[in-house]
Amino acid sequence: MKILSRIYIALIVLFLYAPIAVMVVFSFNSSSSVWVLEGFSTRWYEGLGNDTAMLNALKHTVIVAVLSAIISTVLGTAAAVGINAIRRKFSKKIIMSVTQIPMMNADIVTGISLMLLFIFFGKLIGLNESLGFGTVLIAHITFNLPYVILSVMPRLQQTDSHLAEAALDLGCPPLKAFFKVILPSISTGIITGFIMAFTLSLDDFVISYFTCGHYQTLPIVIFNMTKKSVKPDTYALSTLIFISVFVLMVLYNVLQTKSEKKHAS
Amino acid sequence: MEKENIVELKNISVAFDGEQVLDQLNLGIKDKEFITLLGPSGCGKTTTLRLIAGFLEPDCGDVVFEGKKINGVPAYKRQVNTIFQRYALFPHLNVYENVAFGLRVKKLPENEIKQKVTEMLSLVNLSGFEKRNIATLSGGQQQRVAIARAIANHPKVLLLDEPLAALDLKLRKDMQKELKKIQQQLGITFIFVTHDQEEALTMSDRVVVMDKGKIQQVGTPQDIYNEPKNAFVADFIGESNIVDGKMLKDYRVEFSGQEFRCLDRGFSQNEQVDVVVRPEDVDIVEYDKGMLKGKVTSVAFLGVHYEIIVDIGGFKWMIQTTDEHFVNDRVGLYIEPDAIHIMKKSEYSGLYGDYSSYSEEIDHLSDVEEE
Repeated sequence: MKILSRIYIALIVLFLYAPIAVMVVFSFNSSSSVWVLEGFSTRWYEGLGNDTAMLNALKHTVIVAVLSAIISTVLGTAAAVGINAIRRKFSKKIIMSVTQIPMMNADIVTGISLMLLFIFFGKLIGLNESLGFGTVLIAHITFNLPYVILSVMPRLQQTDSHLAEAALDLGCPPLKAFFKVILPSISTGIITGFIMAFTLSLDDFVISYFTCGHYQTLPIVIFNMTKKSVKPDTYALSTLIFISVFVLMVLYNVLQTKSEKKHAS
Repeated sequence: MEKENIVELKNISVAFDGEQVLDQLNLGIKDKEFITLLGPSGCGKTTTLRLIAGFLEPDCGDVVFEGKKINGVPAYKRQVNTIFQRYALFPHLNVYENVAFGLRVKKLPENEIKQKVTEMLSLVNLSGFEKRNIATLSGGQQQRVAIARAIANHPKVLLLDEPLAALDLKLRKDMQKELKKIQQQLGITFIFVTHDQEEALTMSDRVVVMDKGKIQQVGTPQDIYNEPKNAFVADFIGESNIVDGKMLKDYRVEFSGQEFRCLDRGFSQNEQVDVVVRPEDVDIVEYDKGMLKGKVTSVAFLGVHYEIIVDIGGFKWMIQTTDEHFVNDRVGLYIEPDAIHIMKKSEYSGLYGDYSSYSEEIDHLSDVEEE
């Protein structure tokens, strides 16, 4: 039985990571063939450094991901604190559901509706080109928000409701009490929310496609490239993205186990 | 000379969702006293505490602190500190930082904070625990940290919200003594909330018995026990037999079909009254010599004494005695004049004081549930 279960796990891991492994291998192939491995080369990686369109897109992606993750984390945390403070259970439930519906919504619907809104509003204030950095950033903040709220909320609910009162009682003004007492006890939820928002924003294609205008992000540039022919430099780029996300996740997990250990000991 | 009131509650009313929690409450709390708010859950005792702490504002009425009205003054500006029921220690800070919290907020110099924290920790017998994580402490130790944290700020008034409810019996008794000691040592006014009448009697200078958002009686533990004002107080504090009676004239009362001498006066002639007789004040004598006569219906041995239920004309009396008696024994009861306490009729008359449905087991169960 033990052997069977190990084989089972091995198969799962294989199916999950085989595509990525193949991509990584071919990103180091010296030819652009997708079935013959001719030799080891880093030429595709070197080529990336000269591909200004690609680098530009990467810059856009990172800027949008970082900014939208930061802003949605701040807004989402504040929203979660507010929702948690609602006394009436019924109102609380309704507000939670309303904030969660955008997560279930199809990306394409979200994308089109946001685009429509931006263009409509742009015309209203007399803009010819309303889509761009601002709109894609707003769009990303919008779809990130519910995830942040959802990851902060449980931590807030676990926090002793008397903690804030205890801080006030000891002479701490409300805002300071929030930063000194509430924030530290929900910090893991906030970090999870931030990382989730960052990675979601990093690989979003559908919503960005409708809202970015000329401010094209990496997934969109890659998609446009595949319309012609897929070159190994996209493998190289994807490999780099995968590695950065992977490192982020490992780092996050290490941090979390560390904090859990600290709590347990 | 009367001591100054440090806290005064004047005509306070509070309602939550249309439900009256405090109803025209008036209470003066003297400087440096140990006062206990005692009552069943839902009586408004914790609400009263939160009003003084500043976590709640009254719908009407004034909260006065050292002669100044403090309605609307936020909790963080009030010179009182609270010990919460579940301690509410900060889990991300160690013992030292928890105790230092209020001092850091005040921006005291580091060496002063260190000296203060060390002093507080030694006061609550937790020296050497500075670096410990809160989660690794036992309930009793957490309780001590909570005390140290609250008194490090030198509050003029310390509010304690059922601080011992989560501890087991043995530890609770030790902490009762310790709290009392700390209170006397520091000379701080303690306002203590509990539903445990024994705790209230052993620790307090004065006890405030509350029910349904109203104060039923305020007095020293002896007053409350010996001279309860109504059937609720008599029943809530200790055990008591409460029977209907009639005041024939001063020092003469009739109940259970007999006339008794008593020490009470000032009632109108033939006024209907509630008569309280504590179980330990009744003597069991031979049947023929009894002022009241009845039959034993149950006997329970409690170690120090027996608890005996005697049926007298359909009313069940509880009697505590060190002599052994048996079920179905026919016995007489003898009651001294000073064992009889007369109370005016109140809304609680007839609700308490009969041991017909009394059972050790049920009493025990309901006690556990309350905690």
